[in-house]
Amino acid sequence: MKNYLPLAIVLVLATAYGLWWKRGEGAIRSNKAIPGHRLSEQVLGEALGSRATMVQFSSAFCAPCRATHALLSQMVETIPDVKHIHIDAESHLELVRQLDIRSTPTTIFINKDGIEVGRAAGTPKREQVLKALEAIH
Amino acid sequence: MSEILNKPEVAKIYIDARGPRFAASITTVVLAIALVTQNAWVLALQGMVFLIGAVRGPQFTPYGLIFKSLIKPRLMKEAPTEDVRPPKFAQAVGFLFALVGLIGAIAGSSAVFTVAVGFALAAAFLNAAFNFCLGCEMYLLGLRFATK
Repeated sequence: MKNYLPLAIVLVLATAYGLWWKRGEGAIRSNKAIPGHRLSEQVLGEALGSRATMVQFSSAFCAPCRATHALLSQMVETIPDVKHIHIDAESHLELVRQLDIRSTPTTIFINKDGIEVGRAAGTPKREQVLKALEAIH
Repeated sequence: MSEILNKPEVAKIYIDARGPRFAASITTVVLAIALVTQNAWVLALQGMVFLIGAVRGPQFTPYGLIFKSLIKPRLMKEAPTEDVRPPKFAQAVGFLFALVGLIGAIAGSSAVFTVAVGFALAAAFLNAAFNFCLGCEMYLLGLRFATK
């Protein structure tokens, strides 16, 4: 006896989820910040950038983490007042919980005071990163 | 390159990134057959493939071997490489779902079988169609949940 209904349900739901996921992937959002939370040199283990810092959280089972790391570290080479700090999410679970990070890579954009101004889940595009950095003074 | 992505204790093995995605499309078809026919033997075979992929790596599964011998020689572009760990993680998750589905089948519960195969199928389909990375979305959440 063949029943096609479960297959149809799975494919419809998975397609809807996939389209929704693809649309948000890499987009830099400003509404996810935790109010009052401040990232400091003590927490991150490295000095912040004089204008902005991109704090990237990565994990081992994550292929796009590598691509994101390559993009961001290459970009900051030509922007002297912006830094890229790379954090292993797995060994900073307390911070991951405080910032409510759910997936990797997640990149948090912070200003010189350590206040979050935006975050991207997934690999952002170069233009999106440039635009987000321009907005930080 | 960062020390996080290059931990010395982790074997640095890179494979053709197109292999796991090709394997995911075969997996999608196989799991769809298992779901429609409610055939536990089809799921058992897919479970074996998941197990090989999780333990040895996706490049050693039958699907990986098909990719290597039949598909890869016909691809013109230079191979993009990727870390073997993310697809290995996805194969392990697939194996767990297959295991739950098989236990359901043995216990006579077609509902457990259907739901477990449905989730595994959804993950394989998302990987094949959208290049969805299961390890990226689920690993950290699982870790947060497990260590609460």
